[in-house]
Amino acid sequence: MKTIKWHLSCLVFAFMIVASACAEDSRNLNDTVVLHPSSAGQAGLILPGGFAATTVAENLGRVRHIAVNSNGDIYAKLERLKDGKGIVVLKEGNAAQMSSFGNYPGTGIAVKDGYLYASSNSAVYRYKLSASHAVEDPDNPETIVKDLTDRGQHNAKSVTLDDAGNIYVNIGAPSNSCQVQDRAVGSKGQEPCPILEYAGGIWQFNARKLNQTQQDGVRYATGIRNAVGISWNSSTNELYAMQHGRDDLHRMFDNLYTDKDNAELPAEEFLLVKKGANFGWPYCYYDGEQQKKIVAPEYGGDARTQGRCEAVDKPIMAFPAHLAPNALLFYTGSQFPERYKNGAFIAFHGSWNRAPEPQAGFFVVFVPMKEGKPGGNWEVFADGFAGSAEKKASGRVDYRPCGLAQGPDGALYISDDNKGNIWKVSYNGK
Amino acid sequence: MRRRLIPVNVVIAALVFVLLSLDPDQSKPPPVVMERGKAVYAKECLSCHQQDGLGVQGMNPPLAKTAWVLGPKRELIKIVLNGLTEPIEIEGDTFHNPMPPHPHLTDQQIADVLSYVRNSFGNKASAVTAREVKKVRAEKKI
Repeated sequence: MKTIKWHLSCLVFAFMIVASACAEDSRNLNDTVVLHPSSAGQAGLILPGGFAATTVAENLGRVRHIAVNSNGDIYAKLERLKDGKGIVVLKEGNAAQMSSFGNYPGTGIAVKDGYLYASSNSAVYRYKLSASHAVEDPDNPETIVKDLTDRGQHNAKSVTLDDAGNIYVNIGAPSNSCQVQDRAVGSKGQEPCPILEYAGGIWQFNARKLNQTQQDGVRYATGIRNAVGISWNSSTNELYAMQHGRDDLHRMFDNLYTDKDNAELPAEEFLLVKKGANFGWPYCYYDGEQQKKIVAPEYGGDARTQGRCEAVDKPIMAFPAHLAPNALLFYTGSQFPERYKNGAFIAFHGSWNRAPEPQAGFFVVFVPMKEGKPGGNWEVFADGFAGSAEKKASGRVDYRPCGLAQGPDGALYISDDNKGNIWKVSYNGK
Repeated sequence: MRRRLIPVNVVIAALVFVLLSLDPDQSKPPPVVMERGKAVYAKECLSCHQQDGLGVQGMNPPLAKTAWVLGPKRELIKIVLNGLTEPIEIEGDTFHNPMPPHPHLTDQQIADVLSYVRNSFGNKASAVTAREVKKVRAEKKI
């Protein structure tokens, strides 16, 4: 009798192994469908009708910003070195022809007037591009600016270039709200905020002059906490930026802000950055619902008072709080339908400071523009990066949009710094 | 006789397994401490270290399975009391946001939240007592 039982249990065991192996197979199959829905032509992304996406590259590392040269070469800047290198090149956008160089991590990258510009967290470099579109001397870049503030927090030195030989560099404030003790409950805001002397703004430098330090540049605009997405708009000849708003209103001022308030305040701001502009950080933040700049609680604010903040420059558009806009691109191509021309694409990295409320963002947004200002509401252009609603809510997402670039054929490229994907979005509708 | 050997082994293995999982861990904090610790965590820690204790890439370090949390209690208590301003590195990733000091929390609140953190998110380590926190608080800040 015992023998029969033993055989029976062996049989059951064997069956379970086979069954679980089958289950494993079917799950893998599903995963494959989700990850490579090339038949659907969207590469896992959700796009408006007529648009299609392909995955150009996967697992490149922490890809921050990307730039595409006129021949289709893609340059990706890594936040963390991979095999000791910080810039990846995909020759003519082909992942099979990949190489890398540059021994520093960072965020910024741009191609302009025959040079590749790239930034570490404390310097900006450039590399001469040859007539055949190759980086001539990858091991010996020229230093454009050096010794910029890098105290860890908000150290991404995003760059953008105008058409008059200037380069603009984001120098984020190494602080949340310029308290005496950063992010500490009860610590007062410094008045005046000494950080604004050397950070919390966008600086302008000569893009062709070597070995500059911060003193050689001009503080183009101030009162900007951190703007990872900055872009020169050649159609209006103006600088634009996406500000990351401050954190922790509830944790530090629970008498003024609930958890829910904290998830919705302050707005992420789309800024038209005129020379000499002051957007108010750390004294002010923008309340998207009241549509006003409000005095920050570290500076005596009560969540409603406008006071000194009435005088500071306002955003041209407000976005939900904490979504972390990391890239801004004005579309100049002619592949996409007419309404996209000169409009703004914004890559939102996704939130963390909305917790315990559900996290949000992790998408690419489009803003139609008219005469340099938003010409309509913002809309989600590319979504699906998170992987599922649950992953989005928890913030444990598959991909985090971080960089944008436009290809010579007018396609839009999107990069992710979680796994290191690059997608190419094209329009094939009629 | 030979056939019997295998099931006996299986039974013993199962028994050991059951006993191991039932064995009360002396160091595991009682539910009331875990409850209080969870409340402090929600108010003071969650917005940065997140609901699952895994932190935020590049900014706020994870609290799960790291020596910073599971190591010497004195060091951990000091971090909560005095904060950390220098970026820290865990498995090749650097975390840049500062840890603010929390001197406004009572010894009991710090003991509760650290006991909770050391026994949540897959962590398993001895509880922290208010007496231990008091002792560290009394030390001169270095």
